[in-house]
Amino acid sequence: MEDNQIEEGEKNTNVEVAPALISVHPTQNSVAVAVGSDLRVYDLLGDCAVSLVDDSGATSHKDSIRAIRYGANGKLFVSAGDDKVVKIWSAESWQCICTVSSEKRVSAVAISNDGQHVCFADKFGVVWVVDLHGIDGSEASVSKTAAPLLAHYCSIITGLEFSPDGQYVVSADRDFKIRVTIFPKKPLDGAHEIQSFCLGHTEFVSCLAFVITLDYPQGFLVSGSGDSTVRLWDITSGSLLDTCEVDAKAGHLESNGSDEGYSTVTDLCAIPDTTLVAAAIQSLQGVMLLSCNLSTKTLSVAKVISINFIPTSLASGSSTGLLWMVTGVSNLPGFDCPTVSRVKVISGFNKSSLEHKPIALEDNEIPGGTKLVEKLQGSVTVDEKVLTAAAEALKAAMCNLLIKKQYSVEKREFRKRTRNDRKTKQ
Amino acid sequence: MLEKESNPTLSKSTGLPRKRFYRARAHSNPLSDSHFPVPVSPSHVDFSLHYPQFFPSSSEVGCLKKIQFADIGCGFGGLLISLSTLFPETLMIGMELRDKVTEYVKERILALRGSDPGQYQNVSVVRTNSMKYIPNYFEKGQLTKMFFLFPDPHFKEKNHRRRVISPHLLDEYAYVLGVGGIIYTITDVEELGDWMKSCLESHPMFESLKEEELEADPVVKLLCSATEEGQKVSRNGGQTFQAVFRRIVPTSLYMKTDMVC
Repeated sequence: MEDNQIEEGEKNTNVEVAPALISVHPTQNSVAVAVGSDLRVYDLLGDCAVSLVDDSGATSHKDSIRAIRYGANGKLFVSAGDDKVVKIWSAESWQCICTVSSEKRVSAVAISNDGQHVCFADKFGVVWVVDLHGIDGSEASVSKTAAPLLAHYCSIITGLEFSPDGQYVVSADRDFKIRVTIFPKKPLDGAHEIQSFCLGHTEFVSCLAFVITLDYPQGFLVSGSGDSTVRLWDITSGSLLDTCEVDAKAGHLESNGSDEGYSTVTDLCAIPDTTLVAAAIQSLQGVMLLSCNLSTKTLSVAKVISINFIPTSLASGSSTGLLWMVTGVSNLPGFDCPTVSRVKVISGFNKSSLEHKPIALEDNEIPGGTKLVEKLQGSVTVDEKVLTAAAEALKAAMCNLLIKKQYSVEKREFRKRTRNDRKTKQ
Repeated sequence: MLEKESNPTLSKSTGLPRKRFYRARAHSNPLSDSHFPVPVSPSHVDFSLHYPQFFPSSSEVGCLKKIQFADIGCGFGGLLISLSTLFPETLMIGMELRDKVTEYVKERILALRGSDPGQYQNVSVVRTNSMKYIPNYFEKGQLTKMFFLFPDPHFKEKNHRRRVISPHLLDEYAYVLGVGGIIYTITDVEELGDWMKSCLESHPMFESLKEEELEADPVVKLLCSATEEGQKVSRNGGQTFQAVFRRIVPTSLYMKTDMVC
């Protein structure tokens, strides 16, 4: 009986659900959503759905996509995930210009500010770098090999960002660490010089973002974590500037009053040209807006926008005043439709003031309208019930992946007796 | 502490803890999730617990002295004990992953402090996984010496990433070592000796010490003679392979020379 329960528990963790992801072109030329192995792109300039051009086969990815991102100059787009393949796309022709295979599953990607290097992190804590010199996308897709750049000791890397000035590459992991490494002139030889470690989180770090304004072009780093805080850092020294507790604010808004204590921050998005940071929080219906005061170096909760929607990923293009959100999941157990996603947009983020109340747009008010919604969601309407189940499944998946498991003495003994290496010998 | 007189784990003649009561496995998996407390950051380490004589009250944490030597995988602590009297004013810490071994070293230090009042106040030990948590204990450039003596060889290629000296971990050691700081490695396994040497040689932030510098360094002699493993090797007439390197400023590696300090 006891044995069965444990077996079942183990089995459940084998079905890995992946959150839906969203990314917006820096000048909002296009929007991309990834759900499961499906990559959907909508061209806002041409107002049409994009069909991806990939020589390597009909499906670009064979397993859940875990990371997508546009390059800062808007020319490149990268997607990668559980199928251990990194695809680098031209964000103009949407042709796959380069395919890189990884030894392990990929958990995060980043593109250097000059668009010459793509970095990706795997679940064993190694960050790899691909040199794109000589690839202009005019020829057919090429295969490249990646060189190891740096490593967190066997810890899942959850976030990867280049600093706004391109001087540093910042990586976050599930061992509570944020590492700031000087990005070298020859990245293929590795990045050996660590500028700082940003230490202060007491649970896994889940996401990173840079807040940039005209007065502070070098930007400040903000990080979200499983310890239900968002923290503001000075990356040059690694010092913690401020900590913003989000669970107190998010807690009383929870309708179901779950007593799990922590409200994990799942994604952060700095709204361009403002000092606002939008935070997606597990089990919070809506988004929380944090205001970052860069002169006093403080971070505080500005506002909670309540909508009937728990976003899994946030994105924003520059100067548009729009926050794009997606919620959804792949491999949802117990439903006919294995992947589900819903896109929403909040508008009204004008220069650093919140006087004009940010509001969630109806589907037909979103740029691209219902055509965009249909492309990115796969269907026009989505059952709310499925989304609730999706949120629960994601919460469980994130716990399984990132939270360190605590075992009782008996359970530990039991696990020792049923070790994998012995099982195979039987 | 109260039952010190009758404590059977302490030797009656020397008052030191006896190893037979601290039997431990020879290896511990550095990859598994750790369930011991880890300080959030170096400023959260309470030095008054480790060095009560140097830090009389916990309110003065961080203002006086900083740890300068770290013995990674200190085992039963032989080297630390020898270094303690050689550098009586330098704070040093041993880091060990195996719980029982750490307990032994703790007891050993307490017993030595008891039998030689005023001595061994500068040495302490902590149970941790140094491969994961070194930045949680030391600030940038804080250390002047790091020791990796007779580490686990992890022969299988699949397990090479468990080795305590590896190209990527050297980045972290270079971070906690100040410029000019020295990293000492020694092993009785030739294959591992070659590996550690080649890792250090190909790292841009380390350079090998010259022969005469090795001769002049009193610590180099201790590598073999002070550690339990080293004594075992020489007892059996085995060979040792050492690599001693200095932390240097990497040359012309970076885009920006006018880096912000």
